[in-house]
Amino acid sequence: MKDKFKIIIDGKELPARHGQTILEIANNNGIYIPTLCNFEGLKPQASCRICSVKVNGRPMTACTTTVSPGMEIENDTPEMNELRKIIVETMFVTGNHFCPSCEKSGNCELQALAYRFKMDVPRFPYSFSKRDIDASNPKIMIDHNRCIKCKRCARGIKTDDGKDLFAFKNRGEKIEISIDNELAKNISDEKAQEAMDICPVGAIIKKERGFIDPIGTRKYDNKPIGSKVKEVQ
Amino acid sequence: MSKPIVATTALAGCFGCHMSLLDIDDRILQLVELVDFNKSPINDIKTFTKKCDIGIIEGGVANTENYKVLKEFRKNCKILISLGECAIMGGLPAMRNGKDSIESCLKEAYQDSPSTINKNNIMPNDEELPMILDKVYPCHEVVKIDYFLPGCPPRADLIWDALVALLNGKEIDPEYKTYKFD
Repeated sequence: MKDKFKIIIDGKELPARHGQTILEIANNNGIYIPTLCNFEGLKPQASCRICSVKVNGRPMTACTTTVSPGMEIENDTPEMNELRKIIVETMFVTGNHFCPSCEKSGNCELQALAYRFKMDVPRFPYSFSKRDIDASNPKIMIDHNRCIKCKRCARGIKTDDGKDLFAFKNRGEKIEISIDNELAKNISDEKAQEAMDICPVGAIIKKERGFIDPIGTRKYDNKPIGSKVKEVQ
Repeated sequence: MSKPIVATTALAGCFGCHMSLLDIDDRILQLVELVDFNKSPINDIKTFTKKCDIGIIEGGVANTENYKVLKEFRKNCKILISLGECAIMGGLPAMRNGKDSIESCLKEAYQDSPSTINKNNIMPNDEELPMILDKVYPCHEVVKIDYFLPGCPPRADLIWDALVALLNGKEIDPEYKTYKFD
């Protein structure tokens, strides 16, 4: 089989190789496909579905779908963007996302996606689900109200000697992140910051940090999420 | 032609959204040229004296008084705007929604919290006080809301741009920098 071929994203012909994902090709070519549960360096798991694109008429997740010859992909279309907006809205009503009280506000990927898709109010009723805050750890606070269960923390954060700091317990809608308090007691400030940064929302907060970035200087204050991908081009 | 009429109210909010409305600075003089105000805390008119074109709602619905006022606004205003996070999603007052019951909430506020001094264990029960609802409701779950301006508070520029757009019969097209949830 020929190794190099072309695929089409939104009418644009792009070079591709076997084994690459749709997302990789889009990123390499300055095309933005929104992602949330995906994180550079981690194995994609396609749980949030925000990167859904239409491949030859069928919705597929761009982060896990590998390319093959003849693929015609719809990405930045009103239909797909509306679908993505719906996914963002469901996340906003499932948890309790009160942005003004969150230290991650302005640097939050979920919030940034809501801005990008111009969400004013979710079309679904708020669930006001009952969730707890775990502030028992001296370095890290976990606010389950904000967790979107992407598992980026459990997949990506390890101690210097390779042990998992986070894990998931329970199943289905009761699924919850938990932190190994014994290990987390002794982590460095850098590690705590790394944990906070890998969280796309404000579920993992490094303690004694507060609202250090003034409004106007935060990551998504002036430019929508995905602007960087376009600059790469 | 008479000027469009604007009414505003603060339900379960902190008045920050109204402060942000005043934060349009000297454009307030233009606003007074453009519109007349009816029922509003800004001019202290307590009851509707005529039908209004735009009603601006700050805060969510936390008690029976909020509910009554919001219903009255829907009846008297052609367009209703939810202004700020509390009106849109309940906001800070809605943090009680995840609690077990109103009783546990009131207990914590008036009897059990470490800073409370309440020797006779009195709960607020004057008949003048509106009854607290089972949870704090976003405004659009009570009446139809036509537009939503997020923010805590919504940026003054966002409020201004939205009002100017509506007064000119255009759709609101917010600028990215002014459209924030915090």
